[in-house]
Amino acid sequence: MIKISLCLFLVSVPFFAIICSAFSEDRPTDRRVLVLLDDFAIKSSHSIFFKSLETRGFDLDFKLADDPKLALQRYGQYLYDAIVLFAPTIDRFGGSVDAASLLEFVDSGHDLILAADTSASDLIREIAVECGVDFDEDPTAMVIDHTNHAVSETEGHHTLIANDDFVNSEVILGSRKIEAPVLFKGIGHSINPSSSLVTKVLSASPAAYSANPKSKLSSPPTLIGSAISLVSVVQARNNARILISGSLTVFSDRFFRSGVQKAGSTTKHEKCGNEQFFVELSKWVFHERGHLKAVNVRHNKVGETDEPSMYRIKDDLEYSVEVYEWSGSSWEPYVAGDMQVQFYMMSPYVLKTLSSNEKGLYYTSFKIPDVYGVFQFKVEYQRLGYTALSLSKQIPVRPFRHNEYERFIPAALPYYGASFSMMSGFFVFTLVYLYTK
Amino acid sequence: MATQETSQSATFRHAFGNVLSFAVLLLIGVMAFSIRLFSVIKYESVIHEFDPYFNYRVTQVRLVFVYGIFANSFLRDQFVYPLGRVIGGTVYPGLTLTAGTLWRILNSMNIPLSVETVCVFTAPVFSAFASLATYLLTKEIKGAGAGLTAAALLAMVPSYISRSVAGSYDNEAVAIFALIFTFYLYIKTLNTGSLFYATLNAIAYFYMVCSWGGYTFIINLIPMHVLLCIVTGRYSPRLYIAYAPLSLNVVSIRMLNITFRREKAASSQASSLISEVKLGIVRVVMVVLGTLLAALVPVVGFNAVMTSEHFASFLGHAANLQMSFSNSVVFIIIHVVALVYYIKGILSPQMFKVAVTLVVSVGMVVCFAVLAVLIALVASSPTKGWSGRSLSLLDPTYASKYIPIIASVSEHQPPTWPSYFMDINVLAFLVPAGIIACFFPLSDASSFAVLYIVTSVYFSGVMVRLMLVLAPAACIMSGIALSEAFDAENFLIKAGDTTKVTQNDVKHEKSEDTIKERSSRKSKKKDKENIERPSLVSQVEKRLLVLPLETSVIAVFLLVLLGAFYVVHCVWAAAEAYSAPSIVLTSRSHDGLHVFDDFREAYAWLSHNTEVDDKVASWWDYGYQTTAMANRTVIVDNNTWNNTHIATVGTAMSSPEKAAWDIFNSLDVKYVLVVFGGLVGYPSDDINKFLWMVRIGGGVFPHIKEPDYLRDGQYRIDSQATPTMLNCLMYKLSYFRFVETDGRGFDRVRNTEIGKKHFKLTHFEEVFTTHHWMVRIYKLKSPRNRIRGKTKKSKSKSGTSTSSKRSGTRKKNPWQ
Repeated sequence: MIKISLCLFLVSVPFFAIICSAFSEDRPTDRRVLVLLDDFAIKSSHSIFFKSLETRGFDLDFKLADDPKLALQRYGQYLYDAIVLFAPTIDRFGGSVDAASLLEFVDSGHDLILAADTSASDLIREIAVECGVDFDEDPTAMVIDHTNHAVSETEGHHTLIANDDFVNSEVILGSRKIEAPVLFKGIGHSINPSSSLVTKVLSASPAAYSANPKSKLSSPPTLIGSAISLVSVVQARNNARILISGSLTVFSDRFFRSGVQKAGSTTKHEKCGNEQFFVELSKWVFHERGHLKAVNVRHNKVGETDEPSMYRIKDDLEYSVEVYEWSGSSWEPYVAGDMQVQFYMMSPYVLKTLSSNEKGLYYTSFKIPDVYGVFQFKVEYQRLGYTALSLSKQIPVRPFRHNEYERFIPAALPYYGASFSMMSGFFVFTLVYLYTK
Repeated sequence: MATQETSQSATFRHAFGNVLSFAVLLLIGVMAFSIRLFSVIKYESVIHEFDPYFNYRVTQVRLVFVYGIFANSFLRDQFVYPLGRVIGGTVYPGLTLTAGTLWRILNSMNIPLSVETVCVFTAPVFSAFASLATYLLTKEIKGAGAGLTAAALLAMVPSYISRSVAGSYDNEAVAIFALIFTFYLYIKTLNTGSLFYATLNAIAYFYMVCSWGGYTFIINLIPMHVLLCIVTGRYSPRLYIAYAPLSLNVVSIRMLNITFRREKAASSQASSLISEVKLGIVRVVMVVLGTLLAALVPVVGFNAVMTSEHFASFLGHAANLQMSFSNSVVFIIIHVVALVYYIKGILSPQMFKVAVTLVVSVGMVVCFAVLAVLIALVASSPTKGWSGRSLSLLDPTYASKYIPIIASVSEHQPPTWPSYFMDINVLAFLVPAGIIACFFPLSDASSFAVLYIVTSVYFSGVMVRLMLVLAPAACIMSGIALSEAFDAENFLIKAGDTTKVTQNDVKHEKSEDTIKERSSRKSKKKDKENIERPSLVSQVEKRLLVLPLETSVIAVFLLVLLGAFYVVHCVWAAAEAYSAPSIVLTSRSHDGLHVFDDFREAYAWLSHNTEVDDKVASWWDYGYQTTAMANRTVIVDNNTWNNTHIATVGTAMSSPEKAAWDIFNSLDVKYVLVVFGGLVGYPSDDINKFLWMVRIGGGVFPHIKEPDYLRDGQYRIDSQATPTMLNCLMYKLSYFRFVETDGRGFDRVRNTEIGKKHFKLTHFEEVFTTHHWMVRIYKLKSPRNRIRGKTKKSKSKSGTSTSSKRSGTRKKNPWQ
């Protein structure tokens, strides 16, 4: 039964088919990760981050980005579930890989972590642009913040920023609050405001701007204030997730271990928020959190259990769907109070919030409006950080049959009266005509 | 008129004439059937055009289920995607019932024909019946000779052939038969005054109503005739008998209509279609077999109808108020007249005079009151209770001004003069003679024929489609004319041969007659008929006897020539002009015959390569075909009842790509189908229909403005075309990659090079183009997986070595 409904579900959600080619349906978490590096020194200088991935069960494959034997797929099958691109200066990839094939990789539902840096190459910038993120075009520019920089002995340009302007989303950043500010040193980017897919996870403070710290500011900087995003995430329409950071050093062991004190602030944190921030973020990117699935979409007439092939207008029906969230190891019931179902034919005729039984089952019941046609049950659930749920199920609604209309309504009495009076009149007339002569 | 002639030979001749008539009729029937088989012989046994496909599908469905389910069958998602369609309420069941019944009968006789075969041959069979009905009708009007001539003419009149070739499985196929037969029964009732025929008449009319919307013609024509008879002082009880039952039937038919409309409006009122039909039949039979007391019912029924009419009139169902109007008025008048005659019979002249003044004064008051009420009712409805189609009948310019969707259908356009010559050919010249013949002498029946031809000529002048109604009238008139002419000429020829002409001589002359032409054979029989009406013939004789023999021979020769010309034309029309199934096209060029089977190629592609649930958008002309042949759901189809829906598709076709994509996506469309004739020169393609998409779309969505697409007042697709035109979806889908065919993009329909030759599609992708490019199918691209950033690729960047290759592959601007 579950199998059958799964199949139905697959048919009804076109995008989901693409996802399924990326993950096994049961375990959406990535497993094989390709790490592309500028040079192998990064492997050791960013070991904490990599270690955290490995301890979570990921199978990391370190390669130089210009490795001539680099390949993403073999025999049409992707060899990896995700890529960590820690090669900000790379001009062209080795092997058969280029920006297009990397984006293809994403478009087939795989995940990507991309770190740029002050010396970011055109290639990296282009990939970012394709994902909806525009790095500052000035290659020498860095994000400077004279009010929220971290207290440091060596750093005089205020480019080492201590920032705690996080996105307000538990699903992206985990339920534990990040206490300490995150250290950042790198380039800033802006996101396409018309894009609903990109989210700023760490944005700069209103006092920040993006400029070359070494030269004098001749013209006003193009990127200023909280329009600058330092770290952004993208969730593509096929639910592939991308993390774009304007800095590679933020992932480094040095930053992970460093303490932080914000300028003008007296509290000194023993450990900055970087580790928690990026580890939690990587959990989200690799689908350990915020991945929903809907199964057992059912509808039936009230009082029946079988799904009919067609409804009649004014039928009472029940609709239910089960929604689960992937926790990294198992499917947990997803609990929310804002899931809605539409009974839709060109526009929603019914829009109802589904009630939940807290065990993943969402249900509601309503009366079909007095309109016939081909309707759809639609659930469009798009919440920040969660994979988009888009369920639709087509069902025709027919008008009353000829014998389903109400009979003997008062308005029809004149008709009946006419018929019967004529009949009796005819009878009387016949008698009179035949027998009175 | 009884004759004194009771000799042996006369009886023999009479019998011989009957047998001959029967044989000729049989031959006419065979001819009517076989002349319509050209399409099957030249092409194959397929259903033609668009609407027949729907009828065919309904027939199939109907045969699967019993009638009750048919009436309710809501053909799921197959029809008109989101809105659905109630078949029982939106289809005239006559045709499908007929074909279905035929199929069942054949099957029960162990003749295993497929449903499609039965459907293909329904129209030819019924045209044979129609010939028979024409014979009967004309016989009632002017005698058997005229009848046979008219039947022969009708059997091959091109106008009728165009709608009834084998495969043309449309309502008209059976409706023309029903129309003529109803008229015959009406005339028969009028001539005999028999209630039996009146009953049959009512039933025939009921069948007509079940078959075709043209029944409004009958129900307007007959009251007009009744009125004419009353006005000219020809009132008789026979007239009453002929009219009253029919009129009562009208009432019940109207009930049926209300049920139709009620289902359309999805309003839950009153009782069912089925029971209403049953009720209707029962009531009609009861009423007809009953007495004049029945007049009680229509008054009640009439009131009810009137209010319901009014209640539903804004839904615009064809001409119902109009029917009520003419009917009610005539109905009242005929009752008043009947009453007057009756009272006149009982009362003495003085008393009658008093009664008249009394009744007239009271009657005037009542009439005014009723009139006022009616006017108030009519005036209060927005369209004055008339549907667009009926309005355009009265005002031929109405549709083109206000309702583009009606004007867009080519068969709703006024005909051109050549189309008269094409469709009724020499009949056009014979009709006036027939009308004149009808006046010598003017009987009830012949006055009806005159009225029929006059009204149908008018209506055919409004809509080319109604030529079909004109054709039988023209045949009847021409039949009368030809037969009268041959009568007269033959008589003259014989008169020339034998110096002493007596009426009795005619019979023994007949074997010497040398004219072999079929119609003249018929006219011989006409002679025999006329002997029984010597007064009529002798009148004609006296006037025509002055003509010399040679003139008569020449006249006969010319008439035969005329007939021969007609036959040649009809056969040509049947073989060449009207037999194309329009789903398979052919063209002759210097290197032989080309067959264009692109439509079926495309539909087959759709049915094999798309998902069952996929929706296909196209202009509505192709809706039924897509449904029936590709078995895919369409957005709009040939049933044009939902103007807004069609306008939505029209708007999408006239919008730029992105806007069109949004519209189609909101309708869950997966594929878009366009018909393009530019490569092979197929003129009725979507670009030529495009102005209607703009007009219909703009009629509902005002942001589509027709002037945006016009340059110097016309639609152009060449370099002079407006940017709006060159950017609209229809242009792009039609001409995408067109320049690749010949290098310069020369459109053979418009005879010009296209305006924009190189462009790319961003939101649609071409998935299939047929062999001759006549049908092109596009798929809606799914939305982009990612949204790009704002940064434009700067030229300097693409100039660098690293990204030159990439920018080549990922070029975003389609207009380069």
